[in-house]
Amino acid sequence: MNNSMQLEFKSVSANEAFARVSVAAFVSQVDPTMDELTEIKTVVSEAVTNAIIHAYDEDPTQSVYITCELNDHTFSLTIEDRGIGIDNIDLAKEPLFTSKPELERSGMGFTIMENFMDKVKITSNPGQGTKVMMMKDFQKSKSYIN
Amino acid sequence: MQLSMQFSTIEEVLIVRLEGELDHHSASRLKMEWQEYLKNERIKHVILNLENLHFMDSSGLGVVLGRYKEVKQLGGEMIVCSVSPSVKRLFDMSGIFKIVRLESDESFALLSLGVAS
Repeated sequence: MNNSMQLEFKSVSANEAFARVSVAAFVSQVDPTMDELTEIKTVVSEAVTNAIIHAYDEDPTQSVYITCELNDHTFSLTIEDRGIGIDNIDLAKEPLFTSKPELERSGMGFTIMENFMDKVKITSNPGQGTKVMMMKDFQKSKSYIN
Repeated sequence: MQLSMQFSTIEEVLIVRLEGELDHHSASRLKMEWQEYLKNERIKHVILNLENLHFMDSSGLGVVLGRYKEVKQLGGEMIVCSVSPSVKRLFDMSGIFKIVRLESDESFALLSLGVAS
């Protein structure tokens, strides 16, 4: 199956639930397990929250962009913003590192994305934005079921 | 699905029951209400019952860690109970169970604090 979809929405926190439910609905066509759906929802929530809090500093007038692709059983998810960008990606990926401890951020976002997805690639240009590309293969779960 | 929260007190224990989805959007409201209840001078310990929490992300971890620090200041203990496998996985990833105790359900949590439910 080859399919794709795109979303663009305002950088307001109410859209975090909208984004994860929409992406989960798209993925549901490859019959994922409940665990896999939860993983997808969680990584969408993490990346969209990062865009809203860090990239846009909670400015509600900006936009977050999501692209989803399904090629056979490989799911590709890209979450993008045009915000401040990340100076040091390696540091941002460190478990428990956060640039906003005063907001009670746990610093676990990228760690969760790397744990729940097969591949995570972050590209960022300071002042221009950040793009998080993630991939997950659903083939493994199919052989479990059969 | 929104987050709904219920707070109740038994002796010196604040019980927080969450239902729905805990993300960045709902985290600030939870933090504010939770902090109001922690101002009650009788409160020393917190039991966080997550039996009906269907979704949580790292914003939820942040709120729990923030309240853990406040409970520790009170000389109390924080216990999390009735955690779903997916929420437990996030807690495990963060290493939070090194500082916050996990119990199977609310009555065990109360019992472990020496409070009869």
